[in-house]
Amino acid sequence: MGTVDYAVEMRDITKRFPGVIASNHVNLAVRSGSIHALLGENGAGKSTLMNILTGLLRPDSGEICVRGERVALRSPASAIGLGIGMVHQHFRLVQTFTVAENITLGMSRPRFALDMAPIEREVAKFSSEYGLAVNPRAKIWQLSVGEQQRVEIIKMLYRGVDVLIMDEPTAVLTPQEVRELFETLRRMTADGKTIIFITHKLDEVMEISDRVTVLRAGQDVFSCDTGETTSRELASKMVGREIGQAPERPPAAIGGPVLEVRGLTAIGDRRTTVLDGIDLDVRAGEIHGIAGVAGNGQRELAEVITGLRRASSGFVRICGADMTNHTPRSIIEAGVSHIPEDRLGVGLAPNLNITDNAIMKRYRCGEMGRGPIVDAARARTWTDGLVERFNVKTPNLRTAVRLLSGGNSQRLLLARETSMEHRLVVAVHPTRGLDIGATEAVHSILLRERESGVGTLLISEDLEELIALCDRISVICEGRIMGTVDRDQLNLEEIGMMMAGVAAEAKGDGHLEAGA
Amino acid sequence: MADSMFVSILSAAVSSGTPVLYAALGELVCERSGVLNLGVEGMMLVGAVSGFLTAVRTGSLAAGVLAALVAGGLMGLIHAFMTITLRVNQVVSGLALTLFGTGLSGYLGKSMIGVPLAVTFNQTPIPGLSGIPVIGTVLFKHDLLVYLTYIVVPFLWFYLYRTRPGLHLRSVGESPETADALGVNVFSIRYASVTAGGMLAGLGGAYLSLAYAPSWLENMTAGRGWIAVALVIFAVWDPFRAMLGAYLFGGIDALGFRIQVLGAKIPSFFLKMMPYVFTIAVLIIVTATASRRSSRAPEALGLPYERE
Repeated sequence: MGTVDYAVEMRDITKRFPGVIASNHVNLAVRSGSIHALLGENGAGKSTLMNILTGLLRPDSGEICVRGERVALRSPASAIGLGIGMVHQHFRLVQTFTVAENITLGMSRPRFALDMAPIEREVAKFSSEYGLAVNPRAKIWQLSVGEQQRVEIIKMLYRGVDVLIMDEPTAVLTPQEVRELFETLRRMTADGKTIIFITHKLDEVMEISDRVTVLRAGQDVFSCDTGETTSRELASKMVGREIGQAPERPPAAIGGPVLEVRGLTAIGDRRTTVLDGIDLDVRAGEIHGIAGVAGNGQRELAEVITGLRRASSGFVRICGADMTNHTPRSIIEAGVSHIPEDRLGVGLAPNLNITDNAIMKRYRCGEMGRGPIVDAARARTWTDGLVERFNVKTPNLRTAVRLLSGGNSQRLLLARETSMEHRLVVAVHPTRGLDIGATEAVHSILLRERESGVGTLLISEDLEELIALCDRISVICEGRIMGTVDRDQLNLEEIGMMMAGVAAEAKGDGHLEAGA
Repeated sequence: MADSMFVSILSAAVSSGTPVLYAALGELVCERSGVLNLGVEGMMLVGAVSGFLTAVRTGSLAAGVLAALVAGGLMGLIHAFMTITLRVNQVVSGLALTLFGTGLSGYLGKSMIGVPLAVTFNQTPIPGLSGIPVIGTVLFKHDLLVYLTYIVVPFLWFYLYRTRPGLHLRSVGESPETADALGVNVFSIRYASVTAGGMLAGLGGAYLSLAYAPSWLENMTAGRGWIAVALVIFAVWDPFRAMLGAYLFGGIDALGFRIQVLGAKIPSFFLKMMPYVFTIAVLIIVTATASRRSSRAPEALGLPYERE
């Protein structure tokens, strides 16, 4: 043999967008039958590179070889024709269709009358071959996120793909599902298929990949076999500097409860019970984390606490006062800050400028003007201080918030929410979509809050984040708290089981059973 | 005697329901592709007037039907261009087309008011089938345009649920991003569906002016286009249920007419109102009782599609 057998080679790829170079002379060589991790922060150019490889974007210069032959990729269809397919982070599935219908969608044969039986048989074949258990007749909306991901993988296999790109595949999975996915990926490579695995999680790179390429600011800064590197080295390559130690975390001075939730139930947007008897406490000076797979009632829990959704039974007490189904305004006045999941939809008004957004919760209290008149100068001075203190990078205060980067808009939101008089912060996925720098900033703000004696309810999907910050972690699944673990008794396995819906051993404190 | 009265009302229900059925099927196809069409009323009127005009001028029913299909299709094409290419709000475009169609048909039909039609769709009983007691009279003693729906409805069902083009049509209405990513041409499918929807609405109009009440009257659809839009919801976007709903509307319509003829002391305006009131009542009941999942509209209905 002699030479190495490459499934895909991208040479000297450059792609410019107005104002930025998304890919700057990037090289990537992926060996056949291997798992190649593509590591980088948000905005490092991973997506651009993969969009070029799947035919969505065309490079300004550079060449692509597939199995040693130079190719031109004009569309996703031409990429799939060459055996290159991608499983996107946000699944592209028709929710009301069956698994088999989704898999055959967009194919050209059979041309007219559709007989689903042979398609279902073939789906079942792929299922058993690679450990991708899924019922071909189930509707997508009936499936768990993990199962939906399997459908996406089968969809690609069905199209004859042998180079499979997985975009952040573990972000939405429980630890158990991650393990199953890894098992499937190993079976696929054993079968000669090639996987490109996009991620920013170092431990996954170390666990699953054979080789790793690090992208930073549009360039490939580092490539090596995974066995010859350490996660520490990869982290510094990814960020471009030695990353700081985990933030300092002095022992908490825990006080009395600022939030007490008992037997809370609520109805969701689909008129089903989304909160099913939640019991929860947050004490002053602690960060109480809520772990769980997305869509198990986290958003609704935050909404009920902040007055944006009605509780159908149970109660919410804030600093001892019953605040169940009070208006958002009176809950704000009771000292609740909210970092909502949808920061630009719920947290900020994207078309308004920074000053307007910053004073949004203050204009009523009298210090920003008199009566209905806002004192513009005072509002600006105050916002200026806030922007300075929280390191929000912006051309000026008149800039519309929608033009800020994710990290800067989140800093502004945190600045507004933590600068008012408050006893409790309800933060929902506060670092989702942020790069390492912005994430560190959010974490240090939350820890600063903790030190100053504020209670924080931190809802997150990122277990690493929860473990780094929280004093206690509760796991939510299907609208119920499956169990609560203290920081010093953390057991990842147990949390994973609870995320999948297996309850912890019954706890001592009184159970409030609520009828659905 | 009561028996034959019953049979004749059922038979009238079928012919009175047919124009609404055509329009509802058109709306159904259109909505399944993700485009809401509130221009049905206007499209029916334009179809009715162009069908009538052409039939009077040429003396050919086939030419009349063809003209209605073309006119309705053109109206559909305008809606498609506005909502798919220009991404105008679908409600606004539809309402504008209804206003436009009402005005245009009134203008075109001005000289046709009171003009008799030399040829009309006559009752053509199907030999054999029409001899079956009750069912024969109710279903098989009608004109050709009624029989055509007996083919169109099952075909449409088969097309939507058992063929690849149908699967692609539904996918475009549910999740155009997904369909696009898999190489399904969202734009051409939506264009074709909206145009086909307009053609069916035009045909519904032509049924009114060429078969049901062979004549031209300004505003002769009398809100049937709106009933069709409502029926699609009642039918949960299913052709067979649309047929049932259309006949239900037709039945009440026919019943009101009979009651009037029998000389009951109920104001005629009230009787004319009945089918509409009834349709609204059924809609409310169906939507309130059906489970959320089964009465679901296509996910992308009303949303213009734009590639990222």
